[in-house]
Amino acid sequence: MKYIDEFRNKEASLWFAGKVKKISENRDITLMEVCGTHTMAIYRYGIKKMLPANIRLLSGPGCPVCVTPDNYIDKAIELSSKEDVIITTFGDMMHVPGTESSLDRQKANGSDIQVVYSIIDALKIAEKNINKKVIFLGVGFETTVPTIASAILQAKKMNLKNFFVISANKLIPPAMEVLVKGEKVNIDGFICPAHVSTIIGAVPYRFLSEKYHIPCVIAGFEPTDILQAIYLIVKQIAENRSEVEIQYTRAVKNEGNKKALSIIDNVFEDCDTEWRGIGEIKKSGLKIIDEFKNFDAEYLFTFEYKPVKKNLGCICGNVLQGINTPDECKLFRKVCTPESPVGPCMVSSEGTCAAYYKYT
Amino acid sequence: MENKRIRLGHGSGGKLSHDLIEKHFLPYLRNDLLEELDDSAVFDLNGKLFAFTTDSYVVDPIFFPGGDIGKLAVCGTVNDLAMSGATPIYLSCGFIIEEGFPFVDLEKILDSIKKTAEEADVKVITGDTKVVSKKSVDKIFINTSGIGIIDNGIRISGNKAAVGDKIILSGYVGEHGIAVMSKRHGLTFETNIESDCAPLNKIIANILKEGLQVHVLRDPTRGGVATVLNEVAKKSNVEIFINEDKIPIREEVMGACEIMGLDPMYIANEGKFIAFIALEVADRALEIIRNSKYGENARIIGDVIKKEKGRVVLKTCIGGERIVDMPTGELLPRIC
Ligand code: SF4
Repeated sequence: MKYIDEFRNKEASLWFAGKVKKISENRDITLMEVCGTHTMAIYRYGIKKMLPANIRLLSGPGCPVCVTPDNYIDKAIELSSKEDVIITTFGDMMHVPGTESSLDRQKANGSDIQVVYSIIDALKIAEKNINKKVIFLGVGFETTVPTIASAILQAKKMNLKNFFVISANKLIPPAMEVLVKGEKVNIDGFICPAHVSTIIGAVPYRFLSEKYHIPCVIAGFEPTDILQAIYLIVKQIAENRSEVEIQYTRAVKNEGNKKALSIIDNVFEDCDTEWRGIGEIKKSGLKIIDEFKNFDAEYLFTFEYKPVKKNLGCICGNVLQGINTPDECKLFRKVCTPESPVGPCMVSSEGTCAAYYKYT
Repeated sequence: MENKRIRLGHGSGGKLSHDLIEKHFLPYLRNDLLEELDDSAVFDLNGKLFAFTTDSYVVDPIFFPGGDIGKLAVCGTVNDLAMSGATPIYLSCGFIIEEGFPFVDLEKILDSIKKTAEEADVKVITGDTKVVSKKSVDKIFINTSGIGIIDNGIRISGNKAAVGDKIILSGYVGEHGIAVMSKRHGLTFETNIESDCAPLNKIIANILKEGLQVHVLRDPTRGGVATVLNEVAKKSNVEIFINEDKIPIREEVMGACEIMGLDPMYIANEGKFIAFIALEVADRALEIIRNSKYGENARIIGDVIKKEKGRVVLKTCIGGERIVDMPTGELLPRIC
């Protein structure tokens, strides 16, 4: 593929890797790739092996399925067992274990759960099944939120009365701040997400470079992009700078995508929300505003309170913060595998444990 | 959480399928021939070696670019026999048909069975039909079994890969899977990719008749190239080293995989094989394959580098290195 080959280029990749070795001068540097797509690419292309040993890459909390807390999954499972409900979801959510079941097990037991590739498909399902309540599991970061917001606007226009979203949508920058402040991991630089940044731009990361003096580079998700971004961060460190740079200039503008941002603003507002392993983070979630509450499953359905059984042994919460690597989990590969995952980091195609399992 | 029911992932050809067979089928049906778990069972009757295999076809949609369920049902079984070094001779064919299925479609399928059997030089000598009520089956499912003869001296098996072997892949990967998926309802992109569905027995016969030392033959169907390489690495207990740069992938397949987030190494093929061949004769084998129909784009993609470990290492296209694992969880269902 001509377009892609440019960003999967062996010579350029080796050149950046060589430069990193040279300018880092054996100094120990820990970088975090925030986004799950980057984690996958790093493992998929064997990038760690190309870098010198003094450069450590940690995976961060940027896998939406992974940071979704148990109680959300339990709610989805509870909704799926109602007679007149069709659950629509992205595929990854199917296998995430809740307290007592998972969506794929619910489906095997007869619940109507349909995997969709886009929320637009969920709208179509709602249109075709007017006597059913069609609920979309809104899991994702800034990247997916604009489409969810426009689907809700569309549903309103179409006067659909049977389409609902249950939102666990989250915002990335507040979580990055919690990690930096938390002092559990020492992060010398951030490889900032590609897709998320196409929406939000570079400005929302600025507090990290200005207040906390951490170099940030927004990277594309192809392997040569990532290596170039690592080079740019290490260069900032070597030159004692801390800025937000954009490596992924072919898609990211400083100010982001204004249209997408305003659609989000029309439908959602900030709220405090829980992240798996990290706990509640102020203003890091998105909830549907009052004007559209008739599309909010959280508002319209009542849920049984079930205490969440903590999965003893799963250290997903720490893996998401870069505190532990998957092989430090006692269950990794022995009990927890992609076929019978114990935690979401093993389920998601962007999860760190899944990447570790598959590629190392 | 208990696992009391069969999930779609159990049919993926990956780890769950292996579990299904090993934990549930083998305890009841185990015997020395079944235990081998090769594509075909190979047995001796009065001093003559035979290969015997069976496979069911449930592909959705039943007509796809480059083939249909009938062509697939013949090729799949013929190829399984060929991969054990056998010359396929006879097939059986069983049909489970949904009430209301159109005759025109049935005839199209039968015509394609006829043509493919002719091309592969096999005869369908016995069969069965069942018709079931609506929704008991989706349109039509076909089962074929096949029997083939193995010439004296040929012993090909998944456990015979040896250090030094060259690994030949007979052409572009991922075409069948992508062709089927692109037609499947729900996926809204169009490609010009056709399934590679083809009988491979003649190409294999061309290699074998020269007496070249072929250690392993496998067709990377469900689970793709990655699965086959892993199976061979584990069965032969060897480490396999593959160059990503060398794996032939069409740009369109690559593009479709990008869109759907799939890895072409795990996508099903129905007209490709992988051969592990002794170093000294690998170039000759490659030449024969490239001169045969369906083998024009064959390439050497890697080597068996050492004993033990039973794993597949990939040199990535940008110069990194990683493991290629068995596919996990649910691959796309009903691809064959
Ligand atoms: S290996 Fe499994 S149990 Fe351990 S942290 Fe990862 S997901 Fe959790």
